[in-house]
Amino acid sequence: MNRKDLLGLFDLSAEEIWKILSLGLEYKAALKGGEKNFGQLRGKSAVILFYENSTRTRTSFELAAKLLGAHVINISVATSSVQKGETLIDTGKTLDAMLHDFLIIRHPMGGAPKLLAETVKAHVVNGGDGMTEHPTQALLDMLTLREHFGRIEGLKVAILGDIRHSRVAKSNLYGLGKLGAEVRMFAPKTLMPEGLEREGAVICSSREEAIAGADAVMGLRIQLERQKAGNFPSLGEYAKYYGISEEVLRLAPNALILHPGPVNRGVELTSGVIDGENSRIEDQVLSGVAVRMAVLTLLDRGTLS
Amino acid sequence: MILQNAEIVTRDGVKLADVTVENGRIAKISSCPRATKRDELVLDCRGLTVFPGLIDMHVHLREPGFERKEDIASGSRAAVKGGFTQICCMPNTDPVIDNKVVASYITARAKEVGLCKIHPIGAITKGQRGEELAAIGGMKAAGVVALSEDGKSVQNSKLMANAMLYASDFGLKCLCHCEDPALSDGASVNEGYYSTLTGLKGSLRAAEDVMIARELLLAESLDLPVHICHVSTYSGVQLIREAKARGVKVTAETCPHYFILTDEAIKNFDTNTKVNPPLRAEKDRLAVIEGLKDGTIDCIVTDHAPHHADDKNVEYALAAFGISGLETSFALSYTALVKTGLLTPAQLAEKMSGAPAKILGLEGGELKVGAPADLTVVDLNEKWTVEPNKFVSKGKNSPFGGREVYGKVKYTVVDGTIKYEEQTA
Repeated sequence: MNRKDLLGLFDLSAEEIWKILSLGLEYKAALKGGEKNFGQLRGKSAVILFYENSTRTRTSFELAAKLLGAHVINISVATSSVQKGETLIDTGKTLDAMLHDFLIIRHPMGGAPKLLAETVKAHVVNGGDGMTEHPTQALLDMLTLREHFGRIEGLKVAILGDIRHSRVAKSNLYGLGKLGAEVRMFAPKTLMPEGLEREGAVICSSREEAIAGADAVMGLRIQLERQKAGNFPSLGEYAKYYGISEEVLRLAPNALILHPGPVNRGVELTSGVIDGENSRIEDQVLSGVAVRMAVLTLLDRGTLS
Repeated sequence: MILQNAEIVTRDGVKLADVTVENGRIAKISSCPRATKRDELVLDCRGLTVFPGLIDMHVHLREPGFERKEDIASGSRAAVKGGFTQICCMPNTDPVIDNKVVASYITARAKEVGLCKIHPIGAITKGQRGEELAAIGGMKAAGVVALSEDGKSVQNSKLMANAMLYASDFGLKCLCHCEDPALSDGASVNEGYYSTLTGLKGSLRAAEDVMIARELLLAESLDLPVHICHVSTYSGVQLIREAKARGVKVTAETCPHYFILTDEAIKNFDTNTKVNPPLRAEKDRLAVIEGLKDGTIDCIVTDHAPHHADDKNVEYALAAFGISGLETSFALSYTALVKTGLLTPAQLAEKMSGAPAKILGLEGGELKVGAPADLTVVDLNEKWTVEPNKFVSKGKNSPFGGREVYGKVKYTVVDGTIKYEEQTA
């Protein structure tokens, strides 16, 4: 059966992921060549339904859909209205009645895209749900890695930071794992959830252990509210013991530096690392547009299954 | 009335007998057939098993205030269909059962409905706000059989100690939902592999255990009885086992979902698996079974928590907690515990009838001459499939849909009157 929705990488096969990455690489090359007219989604419409603030992901999805020729509508729903306003199912039914082809949803609660997908006929693309998955972010990370290394298999990727709350970390673990990379994880104990080793993660007991010999190092954004909830004493202490600095990176001098953004300079990464020559943080942005174009195209064609 | 050729479940085991009912009580239990009297109602129970009327001491009937989810009439129908002759309803209604007026309303409505016996449980504090004691004496006079802050714990330990002391003056026990809200912190599920996988916020076992420990220590310090509600953790079972061993007057209950399901059931975001305390891991499930076997856990309750479909057809984090359990509890328990040889039928009768009667001081709970004729007549060999859409409860929220179980209730008799008879199509 053709896959209607992209909800996460947990259920995707390696073959499906490669299909997305291959098309994504083509799109990225074309974008770099200055191409802006792609007609694959001409005559289609997409709604970007975001229940959480976002600049980067929203813009990226919007640009991806528009470059492909789709009509795009943006809907921002204040988080506060999630609890008292229209239910997600009713919103989904309303949008579906308008015969949209794509609903791209970001939501603070895990499983919301799945609930929407079960409700609507439109293709649902998960733009990040709660602490669950952020599949297109992981796909863009993989695209960036693939482009640089020419392969994914055998790469050692270290993911450091607030793993507990990170949908990016989980999607990367599932996706990279399926393509044969080694995923190492390190976080303060307060921010490391249980059981990721069952999904193949190598849980490290120090920053150094995670980074030594890594081909790529990904820092995750730390939010100030995690400090207020008592997970670590201060951003300064976080930076000192858990941050990624030039000094720590001597253990992996050639590692590519990735970050899902937006970056807290001097907290999860030092400015020297962000702006260093191994940083691919800016390059990730174009990978994001390309990979989202690939996802939309493949779902539209019905060629993911 | 006479129930003929029934396998009857007594303390001593199962035996073939006729049960004679007169004036709402069991008049005779005999293995010698006798001639039936003219006009006497005869129930041919060949192939059927008679249990002492089941008692569920932990039910949410939602009335007054949340009749969209359930009311006393629909909840009563669900109870007798599930084989329950007596149920106790929790006070988290609107208004809360925290005074004699609301308690009297419940008992009056229960009598009007007239299916099973319904005993209200009063709140420990006014409005379940955890600030001042509720009108405990007045509620006792209005028929309340126990006290509970169900859905939460009384956070102030001194107030909880006072509640136990004051309640004991009226011969009432506190039934304790154990949860430290700072630890559970708005979580939907158990903290573990499956909370990580789903990205749903998880709650540590300790959120339940620290409060179980507090209630046990309060009861021990005060030398008063306490009852622990819906135990779900292996560590909670162990705390209770140790307390019992050193003489603390503690009793405890669990629910079918804690000895049948684990948190693996949450992985597809089925909101019918959202329950408080949450479904735990396999080692917890096994420990709960062990607790039932060795007597650490005295009884099985449903924590029947019916909800409207709208309360469940939402994002998992927004969905209401609870499982509609009255119509499946017996069959689930029989299938999981007796069919598998973990408990005998007599032990199951104790968990689902005898023990709750003893804990709350209710009449009933045993098949013996002179006892109220509260009888649950079951075909233990009948296999059936759970279909939540066919529940008579307004709450169709069950994670057991599609499950094959054994043990079908054929008749439910309350005080010698048939209150439920299975309709065969």
